[in-house]
Amino acid sequence: MAHKEESKSIPTDPSAQDPAHGDGDRLIKGNLSFHDITEMVSRHTEKKAPLAWYVAFATALSGTLLLLAMLAYQVWNGVGVWGNNQPVGWGWPIVNFVFWVGIGHAGTLISAILFLFRQHWRTSINRAAEAMTLFAVMCALIFPTFHVGRVWAIYWTLPIPNQMEMWPQFKSPLLWDVFAVSSYFLVSLVFWYVGLVPDLATLRDRASNFWRKRILGFFSLGWTGANRHWRNYEKAYLLLAGLATPLVLSVHSVVSFDFAVSVLPGWHTTIFPPYFVAGAIFSGFAMVVTLMVITREIYGLKNLITLDHLEKMNIIILVTGTIVGFAYITEFFMAWYSGVEYEQYAFLNRAFGPYAWAYWIMMTCNLVSPQLFWFKKLRRSIPVMFALSIVVNIGMWFERFVITITSLHRDFLPSSWGYFEPTWVDIGTFVGSFGLFFTLFLLFLRFVPMVAMSEVKGVMPQADPHYHEGGDGRPERDGDAPYIEPAPAAAVEARRQSNS
Amino acid sequence: MPQLFPKKANTLPVLSLVGALLGGVLLVVLVWYYFSPEFTTVGYQPDQPVPYSHELHVDKLGMDCQYCHTNVANSKHANIPPTQTCMNCHNQIQTESPNLLKVRESWAEDESIQWTKVNHLPDYAHFSHAAHVDKGVGCETCHGRIDKMGAEGVYQAEPLSMGWCLECHRQPELYLRPDDQITAMGYTQPANFVERNLERIRDENIQPPTNCSACHY
Repeated sequence: MAHKEESKSIPTDPSAQDPAHGDGDRLIKGNLSFHDITEMVSRHTEKKAPLAWYVAFATALSGTLLLLAMLAYQVWNGVGVWGNNQPVGWGWPIVNFVFWVGIGHAGTLISAILFLFRQHWRTSINRAAEAMTLFAVMCALIFPTFHVGRVWAIYWTLPIPNQMEMWPQFKSPLLWDVFAVSSYFLVSLVFWYVGLVPDLATLRDRASNFWRKRILGFFSLGWTGANRHWRNYEKAYLLLAGLATPLVLSVHSVVSFDFAVSVLPGWHTTIFPPYFVAGAIFSGFAMVVTLMVITREIYGLKNLITLDHLEKMNIIILVTGTIVGFAYITEFFMAWYSGVEYEQYAFLNRAFGPYAWAYWIMMTCNLVSPQLFWFKKLRRSIPVMFALSIVVNIGMWFERFVITITSLHRDFLPSSWGYFEPTWVDIGTFVGSFGLFFTLFLLFLRFVPMVAMSEVKGVMPQADPHYHEGGDGRPERDGDAPYIEPAPAAAVEARRQSNS
Repeated sequence: MPQLFPKKANTLPVLSLVGALLGGVLLVVLVWYYFSPEFTTVGYQPDQPVPYSHELHVDKLGMDCQYCHTNVANSKHANIPPTQTCMNCHNQIQTESPNLLKVRESWAEDESIQWTKVNHLPDYAHFSHAAHVDKGVGCETCHGRIDKMGAEGVYQAEPLSMGWCLECHRQPELYLRPDDQITAMGYTQPANFVERNLERIRDENIQPPTNCSACHY
């Protein structure tokens, strides 16, 4: 709480509020006015960042530099600097790719699917979650891009006419990945940006600096808040939500095809698409919880991002974690039920072979640990959810590790068996990708309104056209007066006829 | 609140959309042409240590390609001839020519002449001269009119790019010629050459591969 002196006028913490003004089941606590919301969010982009931000940014930036150094080293020396080698041709790069793409999914789910389902609680977290999506997808794209070896030829994955007369192989799931992930990134970016326009205009109108006004003015596309602007905006937002919704499901399904389409025991299973999507949402929500718990603390947003919001996300973590655990067990059932000895061997080897340690880390983190969220006390406890959200992402990284490595490390001939070991470059690149992710996220916190102000205002009681002072969306009436049901239309019609 | 930007700024979104579209197409076209061997390497004509003239030897004197490039029909490489091949004739003819000084030096010192390679394929593309020559691809088809290249040296006549290779691999019937015309220069196909080639392709089961690992292995 580095900004106590500035947050005096605006209550930031639900526990500090006046008990006479009960919040009931409202999404936004603290009886905030529209102006309070604008202040709470906008001021962080306008004043000096807190010390914690500088410390975090310096750390994250050194991680980014590490990533750049590792990638430069890899480009110069070739893919051999990674641990990938026969029989494990897909090592950490693919594990990290799936891990990061998965994290992105929560953002789109919150922004698109929850929007279509009219889940108003999404408004406090969707901006940051969508930003997280974009940054996670950027981190994800780094890995396959550099895994191709000759990174300068990466444009060969796109159908661009060329004199080599070379064309992408449309039968390959790896190519589907290129399209799935890049279209996902573009749609997420446009969706995020469209949502930002009204808030950028708010910042523009508050700006006093000449250039800040111009830059924000450029990006807010001439937004004046006119009725016609809002009509167009809401239509565009709805359309983009509709466009992004299938992407939430399709992207990780296509990522799972990278594995499921190949004929390899442990990969070649039809359960992969739904199980990957559930896992992606699981890990993504865990990452949102990790980020939001810190953000609301540092920036004094506890009245906007309340315990109720966090609890709802924890319930989603519980549900998707259980789906993922169910899928792990189903795989074993299918291996047994199929009667295929190779399939059975692959799964027994997963759980009891040389990578059993990784398998049981995955099981503990992903299936067992989220079950703690059955207890209301635990899922409303900040320290518990913070720790668990990190445990979940460790577990989800190990899930991808288990799937990728255990199916490859024992080839069909015992002479081609091996044990994968990462190199220092593998580790450095992965750590560096976290550096890039947090660098981008911290820049986002610094320069962009981190909560969708206009959307939050739209779900507050004041936004209700029937709002009266002290009411909660219903017309004000006397304390004990009986509530009169409106007469049905038929009765009104009958009375009108008898009168005439 | 006064407007930040003048009214003409309203054209900016449309202009940037059109610009991005045209710019994208332009970029593809520029890369398509200017990054390709057709632009970068056709016409490459390095200086050679000896001003050897194919025009003189092939066109004027009527020598066959295979007199010097002996292995072309049975090896991956169309070999550069050793100095011995030159000296077969030049120990009798033009023995005092200053142009042949390097050849005589090479002969006396038993050191190869360091010719500069003209038609150069990248290391990741494997190419066999024998496979092509034996199935009816003429020298001229890839190397151009060698018989018109004089003392200034041989130059690269064709792009040797992948797309260029694929043109023939996809439709070999448009390019093949009879075995006795392989080394001919300035060969013109007869009217019925497509039928003739299709027949040969059927008889000899010629199937030029177009998969990646045909050349990249």
